[in-house]
Amino acid sequence: MSDRRLTYRQAVAEAIAEEMRRDERVFLMGEDIGVHGGAFGATRGLYNEFGPERVRDTPISESVIAGAGVGAALTGMRPIVEIMFLDFTAMAMDSICNQAAKVKYMFGGHAAVPLTIRSAFGAGRGNAAQHSQCLDVWFNAIPGVLLVMPSTPYDAKGLLKTAIRSDNVVMVLENKLLYNEEGPVPEEEYTVPLGQAAIRRSGRDVTVVATGRMCLFAADAAEKLAAEGIDVELIDPRSIKPLDMKTIAESVRKTNRAVVVGEGHRTGGLTSELAARIMDDCFHYLDAPIKRVAAEDVPIPYNRGLELETIPGAKDIIAAIRAVMA
Amino acid sequence: MSQRMNDARLLADYRLMWRIRLHEEAVKQLFLKGNIGGSTHLCIGQEAVAAGVIGQLRPSDYISSTHRGHGHMLAKGGELKPMLAEVLGKSTGYCKGKGGSMHIASLEIGNLGANGIVGGGIPIAVGAALSAKLRATDQITVVAFGDGASSGGNAHESMNLAALWELPALFLFENNHYAVSTACHNSIAGGCLTVRAAGYGIPSAAVDGNDLEEVHFAAKEAIEHVRAGNGPYLLECTTYRLEGHFVGDPMLYRSKEEVKAWRRRDPLLHAERLLVERGILTEQECRAIQAEAQAEVDAAVDFAESSPEPSPEALFEDLYTGQVSA
Repeated sequence: MSDRRLTYRQAVAEAIAEEMRRDERVFLMGEDIGVHGGAFGATRGLYNEFGPERVRDTPISESVIAGAGVGAALTGMRPIVEIMFLDFTAMAMDSICNQAAKVKYMFGGHAAVPLTIRSAFGAGRGNAAQHSQCLDVWFNAIPGVLLVMPSTPYDAKGLLKTAIRSDNVVMVLENKLLYNEEGPVPEEEYTVPLGQAAIRRSGRDVTVVATGRMCLFAADAAEKLAAEGIDVELIDPRSIKPLDMKTIAESVRKTNRAVVVGEGHRTGGLTSELAARIMDDCFHYLDAPIKRVAAEDVPIPYNRGLELETIPGAKDIIAAIRAVMA
Repeated sequence: MSQRMNDARLLADYRLMWRIRLHEEAVKQLFLKGNIGGSTHLCIGQEAVAAGVIGQLRPSDYISSTHRGHGHMLAKGGELKPMLAEVLGKSTGYCKGKGGSMHIASLEIGNLGANGIVGGGIPIAVGAALSAKLRATDQITVVAFGDGASSGGNAHESMNLAALWELPALFLFENNHYAVSTACHNSIAGGCLTVRAAGYGIPSAAVDGNDLEEVHFAAKEAIEHVRAGNGPYLLECTTYRLEGHFVGDPMLYRSKEEVKAWRRRDPLLHAERLLVERGILTEQECRAIQAEAQAEVDAAVDFAESSPEPSPEALFEDLYTGQVSA
């Protein structure tokens, strides 16, 4: 094993490049992904290596970008489409929700849709209400779409490679504030399977399930609380659908306490779903009510102070953990 | 029209048009008997468009169809038995009873699906056309859409992208005069689609969609243009939906006189007149062809009615490809 380190953005680009070299059916479509290298630089270098036929800059037409992905996937290609900001999937929702997610089932299984949809999400950059949302729950709520939220460069590469090789529609949500994060990414070939959570930290006292960038805050919170003698077990589901409920439930049955953390809004958010699933599977093991840490139910404000108040941070996670430990 | 269709071709299309017409009449009767759920949309009066355009395609070509898509499917080579079984929601249907009237599809014969979303199939067709281009085949994709879809974003995004990328897509604009209850003169600024196509640099032609011969030759030219790699083409076929938007539509939005006038322009009558005038068939032989089609449809209705319902286990089948435990 090498001890190479890459940024999250480099890991994404490397995953795509490797899969494009491996399989000529893989190609890329999206806004400003070519010479420009993507709004967040995650496709940098691909245009130079693969050219305009396989790295296709599109007009600002999200509905046809995603819909053409469906058509190409149904007819023998393996497209990766990029929707620049997750907020913009609103413009592509018919193609994703009514077409991509449904065709295989509606056609009685006589179809495969090997389509990967990448999109950047998340608040904390001053992008305001229409460029900052965490809309994970929209896609989790649609049968027919699989959903992953890598939180490390290692997983960004490994999960994306798995998504590209999958014969299903996989949404890959990348947090914008993770693109600069660095982490170990071995030179050797690897993939990360769907539906396999990572235990980021083992502990006895409380299970924290955190998704996307919230894993980083939860890890901070866990370190701070360790000094006070609270031993946190931190689980990163990595893949939201399929969800590794087994790992989560085993942890909660051990710790008897659970905090769930997500960047989406509190009402009807991913944390609501995770809490409900834990209740279903672990109710009799719980020593305290499950606590949810989520974004406030307001649009993401522009002002930096207000924005940071809106989304969860380490201090909110610490408060929630203290509450379930009380 | 100065050009004259080959006798055999004219006869074949006439047979196909009867098969479509009588399929639709059977669906209407089944619906009125209460055997069909939801709503179903008949293409009675529009058969010359399906036969004249889609009937000319190769088996390897693709079509992307609409909610009023039974005729398109039959013209692409669809069989009556699995079609009617699908309309009745039976396990022997094209989609095992999971799609129904609005989602009949068969990738095997190149139908990327009827579509319940008006305009939803247009981007999919762009993707199929892109796929054919990337795979360097000479397959073309015909995308049928109506006056209702013609002013939606998908139509415009798709025409723009298909033109930019010079994709082998034939935009088949089937103007049947009404989007549910809204007359096309109340929904299409500029009056026709050819002027819009011109805005995207897409060549086009407009024909009387109830005149099989006119449709045939215009489609032949359009198909040749697209197959030769000249990029997209738009064919506008003006026709008329002789039935309501759905079976049971009270049709308050149009007069009986208007419908009566269009009944005199029934495309089947027109094709029959050509056959008789040219001495290809006698009237009696026309009735025999009608009776043959009726017998085929009756047999298909029997097949559909006596087919088994899907098993309860089918509910969870066909959602994903491979093992996915969601």
